[in-house]
Amino acid sequence: MISGIMGLLAAPIAITLPIGLPGLPGLPELPIHLRLDALAGFFLVVVGLLVAFVAIYSVGYIKSLQVGRSLTPLCVFMSLFILGMQGVVLADDSYAFMICWELMSVASYFLVVYEHEKEANHKAGFLYLLMAHLGGLLILSSFSILFVNGHSFEFAAMRTAVLTPFSASMVFLLAGLGFGMKAGLMPLHVWLPEAHPVAPSNASALMSGIMIKVAIYGFLRVVFDLVGLETSAWWWGGLVLAIGSSSVVGGVLFALQQHDLKRLLAYHSVENIGIIAIGIGLSMVFMHFGHPSLAALGLVAALYHTLNHALFKGLLFMGAGAVLHATHSSNMGDMGGLIRRMPITAALFLIGCLSISALPPFNGFVSEWLTFQAALMAPSLEGTPLSALIPFSAAMLALAGALTATCFIKVFGIVFQGTPRKPAAAEAHEVDRWMLMGMGGPALLCILLGLLPVYVIPLIAMVPKILIQNGQLESLVQNGWLWLTPISSERASYSPPIVMMAFILAGIIAFLMYRRGKPVRRAALWSCGHPHLNARMQYTATSFSQPLRHIFSDIYHPEEKNTRSDHGHHLLVKRVRYSVHIRDLVWDYLYIPIWHLMEWVVNGVGWLHKQRLQGYLTYIFVTLLVLMGFLI
Amino acid sequence: MNLWICNILESIFLIGLAPLGGMALKKMKARLQNRRGPGFFQSYRDIAKLFSKEPILPNQASWIFRLAPYVIFIVTALAVLIVPVVLIPLPLSAAADVITLVGLLSIARFFTALGAMDTGTAFGGMGSSREMTLSALAEPAMLMGVFVLSMAAQSTDLSTMVAVMLKGNLGLQPSLVFALAAMLIVATAETGRIPVDNPATHLELTMVHEAMILEYSGRYLALIEWANQIKLLLFATLIINLFFPWGIAIEVSGASLLVGVMAWILKLLTLFGLLALMETTMAKMRIFRVPEVLGLAFLLAILGMLTHYILEVSV
Repeated sequence: MISGIMGLLAAPIAITLPIGLPGLPGLPELPIHLRLDALAGFFLVVVGLLVAFVAIYSVGYIKSLQVGRSLTPLCVFMSLFILGMQGVVLADDSYAFMICWELMSVASYFLVVYEHEKEANHKAGFLYLLMAHLGGLLILSSFSILFVNGHSFEFAAMRTAVLTPFSASMVFLLAGLGFGMKAGLMPLHVWLPEAHPVAPSNASALMSGIMIKVAIYGFLRVVFDLVGLETSAWWWGGLVLAIGSSSVVGGVLFALQQHDLKRLLAYHSVENIGIIAIGIGLSMVFMHFGHPSLAALGLVAALYHTLNHALFKGLLFMGAGAVLHATHSSNMGDMGGLIRRMPITAALFLIGCLSISALPPFNGFVSEWLTFQAALMAPSLEGTPLSALIPFSAAMLALAGALTATCFIKVFGIVFQGTPRKPAAAEAHEVDRWMLMGMGGPALLCILLGLLPVYVIPLIAMVPKILIQNGQLESLVQNGWLWLTPISSERASYSPPIVMMAFILAGIIAFLMYRRGKPVRRAALWSCGHPHLNARMQYTATSFSQPLRHIFSDIYHPEEKNTRSDHGHHLLVKRVRYSVHIRDLVWDYLYIPIWHLMEWVVNGVGWLHKQRLQGYLTYIFVTLLVLMGFLI
Repeated sequence: MNLWICNILESIFLIGLAPLGGMALKKMKARLQNRRGPGFFQSYRDIAKLFSKEPILPNQASWIFRLAPYVIFIVTALAVLIVPVVLIPLPLSAAADVITLVGLLSIARFFTALGAMDTGTAFGGMGSSREMTLSALAEPAMLMGVFVLSMAAQSTDLSTMVAVMLKGNLGLQPSLVFALAAMLIVATAETGRIPVDNPATHLELTMVHEAMILEYSGRYLALIEWANQIKLLLFATLIINLFFPWGIAIEVSGASLLVGVMAWILKLLTLFGLLALMETTMAKMRIFRVPEVLGLAFLLAILGMLTHYILEVSV
């Protein structure tokens, strides 16, 4: 696998984090510039790490794909996709950046439609391509503003160019929209839950794990580096915070109602990108109001979550792929009891669930904890209008954290626990060694990053050092390897190893009791006297989330259908069918109105086309007159 | 070194006293209902009995089912280690701040729910679905509630927070009232008391927490029950010490510790008395009314935060 080699190649480069490379010569007229600074290096680590693990996983996964379809497109486009992502991160001029960006988008389109016989995949692929190009166009526009001011495609020239506040804001808005579309922030996320589930699982692990992070990289590069936060307006950070908060809650609420495992995970990507956006937004707000060290804290929290999310989301998507491979279905209603058939996958998946649910001492908790700590510093803004927004964001983050835990209880409980709901799940078998190794790596890193953030954060803190003036973060790790102290040790501290000890202790005691304790007796489940319990009596994904559907029915607008048939009397029920369908809110309130607007505009413009030669000649005449008016 | 010993002794004190605390509450409730109630040491006898019994596991149960009770108990015990009970300067309190405390309780809940899902009964699924739904609303409310305090105290470290509250130069701030109201609602929900959940019943349609632990027996059940009693005492202590920290010891000396213990017991009994009164006079709510109440707690806590920003920071 080429991707494997590339991933391994990327990893050693990535370790030399803060070194800048000189620009490479490229084409004669339009030289391609590459540069590796701390920001690029960090994202290269993220890309390289996950690519390496997915490559190991892919060795086993590809073997398990049904033969009969050529594997060449998968391998070729996967490699191009990875090349594109690494190119975007390394590019030092807008020209190379856009080429790599499009390479990434187009290659991933082919991955989405890899199983091209299915009609749904075409639809998802088209929607993805449409959004990717719209986003690409917006990014291109933002670069063109920068080009006009900097007179060069090179980032170095753009960086030194002085922008007027208006054009700086335009760049921010265009880049924010363009990159936000790729990242999947809440109103722009519609392609994400369609495209990620239909791609092969190793591709969706990469798309969800790192491609959307490359968009975060682009945003940081353009807004923090090229435009620079010195010229930022006060509302920039506020806007990012608001969008981030809406993504966080919206993503998790819709994730809760999914019954397709990969779709659920895709919605959780929306949520986690929202958490990253909250960190970035906090950083922008603090920077604008003159608190560089707090801005650095917000940025470190966002970047740490970027790394964490890449790992646990990659792990979860790979786990979903393993389950998919074992049960031939991605519908959670077909699964159950897999913990007995696939014990190692189950244990690794559980680590992913604990990490994404932000439970201590796993890695997701560390980054959310840092984000909360940054948010709690809001009083130092002293009465700016934004300071009311920050506690609101923190509240949304807290709500989303608790809902995520609910969602992953559902996922783990329905997929791995209980009894098998379909024969395929009862006959599932553990995946091969490659796939387990590919999942084991991120799982181990999830634990290590949760346990020893003190060693990782100084490396990440290199990034705010170059992006934010005076963005120093000495206090974070000054108290030795055991303690994480963002501002000062009186203010807050957290020691993951001590929390971890509790877990280890629980494990040891459980094991000792298992070996030495009073022997246990196995017995049939209590069934209230009913003679036969069967798998259909279990809670399902739909019933598990029913209370939340009821509580948030104003957001979901569930379309419920209850049909029943009986034996001639309404009490002699033969069969009851219940189905519920939930559409994404933004379709109804944002995209369909836009669609109607477009239709209206197009119809209006269509009226101009009279299909008569005289009419068109008149148009030409009028246009010429107007143009001549300009000449005079 | 002295402080470390005190920290550990204090936690053992609370963990050991937890069954008695739960029984005291039961006794008060019984008295209010004109019953005599069980003896004060009945909880200890129950736990001892459960430990000595042979545990029965359902056929389907996996290792998660067996691991969960230990995780629940130890994580709850760890939570006790970081909360000041009768003494403020706790060295272990630095290991985990109040956000981590919420996280620790969340782990305990996560594993309770996983244990419930493990056997695949409808009761387990129902219990964990309800519990997670309610806690999804209660947990953010709790986090926001304590954030109001940590904003005022400029720290999320529990020892520091209690110390700042003890100094009392915050006065009677409106934000604290909001936070207290939110915390009281959350505490009733999180410990599964009336009107949110009824700990004394196994009635299928209404139970939440009991539905989750229905399949447990023997030492597993003992650990979960004990952890639950600890949790009740922990929440009570948290509210007492964050909002009414008078009398808590600020240094290690016999006299101040004695005062601290006495003050804690007195405040605890008062709080339990109020709880018993509430449980006696109120009926359990319908399950779908609970989210409204928890939503109210969440809003109160956010309101408290906004009040803090708008009225108290700028002054």
